[in-house]
Amino acid sequence: MSVMEALPDVLAVALLLLGTLLCLTAGLGLLRFPDVLTRMHAGTKPQVLGVLLIMVGAAIRLQGWSATWMLLLVAAFQMLTAPVSAHMISRVAYRRRHVRRDRLLVDELHTGGEMRDSVYRGDEPADAPPEEPGRALVESRREDLDGPPDAGGRQPS
Amino acid sequence: MSVDAGTPGPAHRLRHQLPLLVWLVLVWNLLWGTWSWANLISGVLVALAVTLLLPLPPVVGGARVRPVALVRFLGHFVYDLIKSGALVAWQTVRPRGIDRSAIITVQLRTDSDLLLTILAESLTLVPGSMVIDLDRERRTLGLHILHVVDEGDVEAQRASVLAEEERVVRAFGSPDEIAALDLAPGERSHGAGRRTP
Repeated sequence: MSVMEALPDVLAVALLLLGTLLCLTAGLGLLRFPDVLTRMHAGTKPQVLGVLLIMVGAAIRLQGWSATWMLLLVAAFQMLTAPVSAHMISRVAYRRRHVRRDRLLVDELHTGGEMRDSVYRGDEPADAPPEEPGRALVESRREDLDGPPDAGGRQPS
Repeated sequence: MSVDAGTPGPAHRLRHQLPLLVWLVLVWNLLWGTWSWANLISGVLVALAVTLLLPLPPVVGGARVRPVALVRFLGHFVYDLIKSGALVAWQTVRPRGIDRSAIITVQLRTDSDLLLTILAESLTLVPGSMVIDLDRERRTLGLHILHVVDEGDVEAQRASVLAEEERVVRAFGSPDEIAALDLAPGERSHGAGRRTP
Protein backbone atom coordinates (compact mmCIF):
# COMPACT_ATOMS: atom_id res chain seq x y z
CA MET A 1 0.00 0.00 0.00
CA SER A 2 1.56 3.22 -1.11
CA VAL A 3 1.54 6.47 0.77
CA MET A 4 -0.92 8.04 -1.65
CA GLU A 5 -3.46 5.30 -0.99
CA ALA A 6 -3.12 5.60 2.77
CA LEU A 7 -3.44 9.38 2.81
CA PRO A 8 -7.27 9.59 2.67
CA ASP A 9 -7.57 7.05 5.45
CA VAL A 10 -5.14 8.94 7.65
CA LEU A 11 -6.99 12.17 6.99
CA ALA A 12 -10.33 10.54 7.76
CA VAL A 13 -9.05 9.06 11.00
CA ALA A 14 -7.59 12.40 12.06
CA LEU A 15 -10.86 14.21 11.38
CA LEU A 16 -12.93 11.57 13.17
CA LEU A 17 -10.69 11.67 16.24
CA LEU A 18 -10.70 15.47 16.32
CA GLY A 19 -14.48 15.50 16.00
CA THR A 20 -14.99 13.02 18.84
CA LEU A 21 -12.58 15.03 20.97
CA LEU A 22 -14.64 18.17 20.41
CA CYS A 23 -17.84 16.32 21.28
CA LEU A 24 -16.13 15.12 24.46
CA THR A 25 -15.29 18.68 25.45
CA ALA A 26 -18.94 19.58 24.88
CA GLY A 27 -19.93 16.95 27.43
CA LEU A 28 -17.16 18.13 29.75
CA GLY A 29 -18.43 21.68 29.48
CA LEU A 30 -21.85 20.58 30.66
CA LEU A 31 -20.20 19.34 33.84
CA ARG A 32 -17.73 22.13 34.42
CA PHE A 33 -19.62 25.30 33.51
CA PRO A 34 -21.56 26.99 36.30
CA ASP A 35 -25.07 27.61 34.94
CA VAL A 36 -27.53 26.87 32.16
CA LEU A 37 -26.51 29.72 29.88
CA THR A 38 -22.82 28.88 29.87
CA ARG A 39 -23.60 25.20 29.49
CA MET A 40 -25.57 25.98 26.37
CA HIS A 41 -22.43 27.52 24.89
CA ALA A 42 -20.61 24.25 25.46
CA GLY A 43 -23.56 22.34 24.03
CA THR A 44 -23.64 24.23 20.76
CA LYS A 45 -20.27 25.35 19.48
CA PRO A 46 -17.77 22.53 20.04
CA GLN A 47 -20.52 20.01 19.50
CA VAL A 48 -21.59 21.39 16.11
CA LEU A 49 -17.99 21.65 14.96
CA GLY A 50 -17.33 18.12 16.22
CA VAL A 51 -20.28 16.71 14.32
CA LEU A 52 -19.21 18.56 11.18
CA LEU A 53 -15.67 17.15 11.41
CA ILE A 54 -17.02 13.65 11.95
CA MET A 55 -19.25 14.09 8.89
CA VAL A 56 -16.30 15.19 6.75
CA GLY A 57 -14.19 12.32 8.00
CA ALA A 58 -16.95 9.81 7.31
CA ALA A 59 -17.53 11.30 3.85
CA ILE A 60 -13.86 10.72 3.01
CA ARG A 61 -13.92 7.19 4.32
CA LEU A 62 -17.31 5.99 3.01
CA GLN A 63 -17.74 5.06 -0.61
CA GLY A 64 -20.63 6.17 -2.74
CA TRP A 65 -22.57 9.39 -3.12
CA SER A 66 -25.72 8.33 -1.31
CA ALA A 67 -23.92 8.23 2.03
CA THR A 68 -22.34 11.60 1.31
CA TRP A 69 -25.69 13.22 0.64
CA MET A 70 -27.03 11.84 3.88
CA LEU A 71 -24.03 13.23 5.78
CA LEU A 72 -24.54 16.60 4.13
CA LEU A 73 -28.14 16.63 5.31
CA VAL A 74 -27.11 15.74 8.85
CA ALA A 75 -24.60 18.58 8.85
CA ALA A 76 -27.09 21.10 7.48
CA PHE A 77 -29.81 20.23 9.98
CA GLN A 78 -27.32 20.18 12.81
CA MET A 79 -26.30 23.74 11.99
CA LEU A 80 -29.91 24.85 11.64
CA THR A 81 -31.35 23.25 14.76
CA ALA A 82 -28.60 23.46 17.37
CA PRO A 83 -28.71 27.28 17.67
CA VAL A 84 -32.50 27.29 17.83
CA SER A 85 -32.74 24.72 20.61
CA ALA A 86 -29.94 26.41 22.54
CA HIS A 87 -31.75 29.73 22.17
CA MET A 88 -35.06 28.32 23.39
CA ILE A 89 -33.52 26.65 26.43
CA SER A 90 -31.45 29.66 27.43
CA ARG A 91 -34.40 32.00 26.94
CA VAL A 92 -36.53 29.92 29.28
CA ALA A 93 -33.65 29.66 31.71
CA TYR A 94 -33.20 33.42 31.72
CA ARG A 95 -36.86 34.12 32.27
CA ARG A 96 -37.04 31.56 35.07
CA ARG A 97 -33.92 33.21 36.49
CA HIS A 98 -31.68 30.16 36.38
CA VAL A 99 -28.79 32.57 36.07
CA ARG A 100 -25.76 32.90 38.28
CA ARG A 101 -25.79 36.66 38.64
CA ASP A 102 -22.62 36.61 40.67
CA ARG A 103 -20.82 35.40 37.56
CA LEU A 104 -22.14 38.19 35.33
CA LEU A 105 -20.07 41.26 34.60
CA VAL A 106 -22.97 43.21 33.13
CA ASP A 107 -26.60 42.41 32.50
CA GLU A 108 -28.19 44.92 30.17
CA LEU A 109 -31.32 42.88 29.61
CA HIS A 110 -32.32 42.98 33.24
CA THR A 111 -34.74 45.82 33.95
CA GLY A 112 -36.29 46.44 37.32
CA GLY A 113 -36.42 44.19 40.32
CA GLU A 114 -32.76 44.62 41.25
CA MET A 115 -33.66 45.23 44.86
CA ARG A 116 -35.58 42.02 45.22
CA ASP A 117 -32.81 40.02 43.62
CA SER A 118 -30.41 40.60 46.47
CA VAL A 119 -32.11 38.08 48.69
CA TYR A 120 -31.86 35.37 46.09
CA ARG A 121 -28.72 33.53 45.25
CA GLY A 122 -29.62 33.90 41.60
CA ASP A 123 -29.83 30.29 40.49
CA GLU A 124 -33.36 29.21 41.18
CA PRO A 125 -36.81 29.45 39.63
CA ALA A 126 -38.72 32.67 40.09
CA ASP A 127 -41.20 31.06 42.48
CA ALA A 128 -38.53 29.58 44.73
CA PRO A 129 -38.55 30.61 48.37
CA PRO A 130 -35.95 33.26 49.26
CA GLU A 131 -32.66 32.17 50.67
CA GLU A 132 -32.78 34.55 53.62
CA PRO A 133 -36.43 34.65 54.65
CA GLY A 134 -35.87 37.31 57.31
CA ARG A 135 -34.27 39.79 54.91
CA ALA A 136 -36.83 39.03 52.23
CA LEU A 137 -39.62 39.83 54.68
CA VAL A 138 -38.02 43.13 55.67
CA GLU A 139 -37.54 44.10 52.03
CA SER A 140 -41.06 43.20 51.03
CA ARG A 141 -42.43 45.24 53.97
CA ARG A 142 -40.34 48.21 52.86
CA GLU A 143 -41.69 47.81 49.32
CA ASP A 144 -45.21 47.73 50.65
CA LEU A 145 -44.56 51.02 52.40
CA ASP A 146 -42.77 52.72 49.52
CA GLY A 147 -44.75 51.18 46.72
CA PRO A 148 -43.11 49.10 44.00
CA PRO A 149 -40.36 50.99 42.18
CA ASP A 150 -42.00 51.14 38.76
CA ALA A 151 -45.70 51.23 39.63
CA GLY A 152 -45.50 54.95 40.41
CA GLY A 153 -46.99 54.51 43.87
CA ARG A 154 -45.76 57.41 45.93
CA GLN A 155 -43.45 59.44 43.80
CA PRO A 156 -42.08 62.67 45.15
CA SER A 157 -43.16 65.75 43.18
CA MET B 1 -41.91 42.38 -2.51
CA SER B 2 -45.12 44.33 -2.13
CA VAL B 3 -47.60 41.57 -1.46
CA ASP B 4 -51.12 42.63 -2.35
CA ALA B 5 -52.90 40.84 0.43
CA GLY B 6 -56.28 41.16 -1.27
CA THR B 7 -55.71 38.53 -3.93
CA PRO B 8 -53.88 35.52 -2.58
CA GLY B 9 -54.62 33.37 -5.60
CA PRO B 10 -53.28 29.83 -5.81
CA ALA B 11 -50.73 30.73 -8.47
CA HIS B 12 -49.48 33.65 -6.44
CA ARG B 13 -49.20 31.49 -3.34
CA LEU B 14 -47.41 28.78 -5.27
CA ARG B 15 -44.82 31.29 -6.44
CA HIS B 16 -44.16 32.31 -2.86
CA GLN B 17 -43.93 28.71 -1.70
CA LEU B 18 -41.65 27.66 -4.53
CA PRO B 19 -38.32 27.84 -2.63
CA LEU B 20 -39.83 25.79 0.17
CA LEU B 21 -41.13 23.23 -2.32
CA VAL B 22 -37.76 22.91 -4.02
CA TRP B 23 -36.05 22.51 -0.66
CA LEU B 24 -38.49 19.78 0.44
CA VAL B 25 -38.06 17.86 -2.80
CA LEU B 26 -34.29 18.14 -2.44
CA VAL B 27 -34.36 16.84 1.14
CA TRP B 28 -36.64 13.97 0.12
CA ASN B 29 -34.27 12.94 -2.66
CA LEU B 30 -31.20 13.27 -0.46
CA LEU B 31 -32.86 11.10 2.17
CA TRP B 32 -33.52 8.38 -0.38
CA GLY B 33 -29.92 8.68 -1.42
CA THR B 34 -30.41 7.69 -5.04
CA TRP B 35 -31.69 9.66 -7.97
CA SER B 36 -34.69 8.36 -9.87
CA TRP B 37 -37.86 9.71 -11.44
CA ALA B 38 -39.96 7.84 -8.90
CA ASN B 39 -38.16 9.63 -6.08
CA LEU B 40 -38.58 12.98 -7.77
CA ILE B 41 -42.30 12.57 -8.40
CA SER B 42 -43.06 11.18 -4.95
CA GLY B 43 -40.96 14.01 -3.50
CA VAL B 44 -43.04 16.60 -5.34
CA LEU B 45 -46.24 14.97 -4.10
CA VAL B 46 -45.02 14.88 -0.49
CA ALA B 47 -43.82 18.49 -0.71
CA LEU B 48 -47.17 19.66 -2.09
CA ALA B 49 -49.02 17.76 0.64
CA VAL B 50 -46.82 19.26 3.34
CA THR B 51 -47.16 22.83 2.09
CA LEU B 52 -50.92 22.53 1.60
CA LEU B 53 -51.72 20.73 4.85
CA LEU B 54 -49.25 22.61 7.05
CA PRO B 55 -49.10 26.10 5.56
CA LEU B 56 -46.50 28.53 6.86
CA PRO B 57 -46.76 32.30 6.70
CA PRO B 58 -44.88 33.60 3.68
CA VAL B 59 -41.48 35.16 4.22
CA VAL B 60 -41.93 38.85 3.58
CA GLY B 61 -39.38 40.56 1.39
CA GLY B 62 -37.82 37.72 -0.52
CA ALA B 63 -34.08 37.38 -0.28
CA ARG B 64 -31.84 38.51 -3.06
CA VAL B 65 -28.44 36.93 -3.02
CA ARG B 66 -25.26 38.79 -3.90
CA PRO B 67 -22.59 36.23 -4.79
CA VAL B 68 -19.52 38.16 -3.71
CA ALA B 69 -20.99 39.27 -0.40
CA LEU B 70 -22.36 35.77 0.15
CA VAL B 71 -18.92 34.24 -0.27
CA ARG B 72 -17.53 36.80 2.17
CA PHE B 73 -20.25 35.99 4.69
CA LEU B 74 -19.79 32.24 4.31
CA GLY B 75 -16.01 32.51 4.55
CA HIS B 76 -16.26 34.52 7.75
CA PHE B 77 -18.88 32.14 9.07
CA VAL B 78 -16.80 29.00 8.54
CA TYR B 79 -13.75 30.72 10.03
CA ASP B 80 -15.79 31.86 13.04
CA LEU B 81 -17.33 28.43 13.44
CA ILE B 82 -13.96 26.70 13.61
CA LYS B 83 -12.52 29.40 15.85
CA SER B 84 -15.41 29.33 18.28
CA GLY B 85 -15.49 25.54 18.44
CA ALA B 86 -11.80 25.41 19.25
CA LEU B 87 -12.03 28.34 21.67
CA VAL B 88 -14.95 27.00 23.69
CA ALA B 89 -13.38 23.53 23.72
CA TRP B 90 -10.19 25.04 25.13
CA GLN B 91 -12.10 27.09 27.69
CA THR B 92 -13.77 23.88 28.78
CA VAL B 93 -10.66 21.81 29.33
CA ARG B 94 -8.23 24.42 30.62
CA PRO B 95 -7.78 24.23 34.39
CA ARG B 96 -9.07 27.68 35.30
CA GLY B 97 -12.21 27.33 33.23
CA ILE B 98 -14.16 30.45 32.41
CA ASP B 99 -14.11 33.72 34.22
CA ARG B 100 -17.10 36.06 34.08
CA SER B 101 -20.01 36.11 31.67
CA ALA B 102 -22.10 39.02 30.47
CA ILE B 103 -25.55 39.66 29.07
CA ILE B 104 -25.63 42.55 26.64
CA THR B 105 -28.23 44.12 24.39
CA VAL B 106 -27.32 45.31 20.92
CA GLN B 107 -29.29 47.81 18.89
CA LEU B 108 -29.64 46.41 15.39
CA ARG B 109 -30.31 48.34 12.21
CA THR B 110 -32.02 45.81 10.00
CA ASP B 111 -35.77 45.34 10.08
CA SER B 112 -36.49 42.12 8.22
CA ASP B 113 -37.62 38.82 9.70
CA LEU B 114 -35.52 36.77 7.33
CA LEU B 115 -32.31 38.72 7.92
CA LEU B 116 -32.81 38.69 11.68
CA THR B 117 -33.29 34.94 11.58
CA ILE B 118 -30.09 34.39 9.63
CA LEU B 119 -28.26 36.78 11.93
CA ALA B 120 -29.49 35.12 15.12
CA GLU B 121 -28.60 31.66 13.83
CA SER B 122 -25.11 32.64 12.83
CA LEU B 123 -24.47 34.67 15.98
CA THR B 124 -25.13 31.65 18.15
CA LEU B 125 -22.43 29.73 16.31
CA VAL B 126 -19.75 32.43 16.31
CA PRO B 127 -17.34 32.91 19.21
CA GLY B 128 -18.62 33.87 22.61
CA SER B 129 -22.17 34.90 21.91
CA MET B 130 -25.55 33.23 22.18
CA VAL B 131 -28.88 34.86 21.46
CA ILE B 132 -31.22 34.94 24.45
CA ASP B 133 -33.85 37.41 23.42
CA LEU B 134 -34.95 39.35 20.36
CA ASP B 135 -37.14 42.39 20.77
CA ARG B 136 -38.68 42.57 17.31
CA GLU B 137 -40.23 46.01 17.69
CA ARG B 138 -37.22 47.81 19.09
CA ARG B 139 -34.83 45.70 17.03
CA THR B 140 -32.66 44.88 20.01
CA LEU B 141 -30.91 41.61 20.48
CA GLY B 142 -30.14 40.15 23.90
CA LEU B 143 -26.95 38.13 23.89
CA HIS B 144 -25.14 36.04 26.44
CA ILE B 145 -21.36 36.34 26.24
CA LEU B 146 -19.49 33.35 27.59
CA HIS B 147 -16.21 34.89 28.65
CA VAL B 148 -15.42 38.52 29.35
CA VAL B 149 -12.68 40.08 31.42
CA ASP B 150 -13.55 43.77 31.36
CA GLU B 151 -15.71 46.37 29.66
CA GLY B 152 -13.41 46.37 26.63
CA ASP B 153 -14.38 42.80 25.85
CA VAL B 154 -18.05 43.71 26.02
CA GLU B 155 -17.58 46.55 23.55
CA ALA B 156 -15.50 44.36 21.24
CA GLN B 157 -18.26 41.78 21.26
CA ARG B 158 -20.84 44.44 20.46
CA ALA B 159 -18.75 45.62 17.52
CA SER B 160 -18.40 42.07 16.21
CA VAL B 161 -22.17 41.60 16.36
CA LEU B 162 -22.67 44.72 14.29
CA ALA B 163 -20.03 43.58 11.81
CA GLU B 164 -21.78 40.24 11.46
CA GLU B 165 -25.06 42.05 10.90
CA GLU B 166 -23.46 44.09 8.15
CA ARG B 167 -22.15 40.99 6.41
CA VAL B 168 -25.55 39.30 6.58
CA VAL B 169 -27.36 42.36 5.22
CA ARG B 170 -24.84 42.85 2.43
CA ALA B 171 -25.23 39.21 1.41
CA PHE B 172 -29.02 38.90 1.56
CA GLY B 173 -30.57 42.32 2.05
CA SER B 174 -32.38 44.63 -0.33
CA PRO B 175 -30.80 47.96 -1.36
CA ASP B 176 -32.98 49.77 1.18
CA GLU B 177 -31.69 47.64 3.99
CA ILE B 178 -28.11 48.15 2.94
CA ALA B 179 -28.71 51.90 2.92
CA ALA B 180 -30.23 51.62 6.40
CA LEU B 181 -26.90 50.32 7.70
CA ASP B 182 -25.40 53.77 7.47
CA LEU B 183 -28.04 56.02 8.95
CA ALA B 184 -29.62 54.04 11.75
CA PRO B 185 -27.57 54.99 14.84
CA GLY B 186 -29.74 58.09 15.14
CA GLU B 187 -32.54 55.85 16.33
CA ARG B 188 -30.68 54.74 19.40
CA SER B 189 -32.51 57.13 21.70
CA HIS B 190 -35.60 54.95 21.58
CA GLY B 191 -34.13 51.52 21.98
CA ALA B 192 -31.11 51.94 24.20
CA GLY B 193 -32.69 54.19 26.78
CA ARG B 194 -32.82 52.60 30.21
CA ARG B 195 -36.23 52.37 31.76
CA THR B 196 -36.22 54.96 34.50
CA PRO B 197 -39.19 55.65 36.75
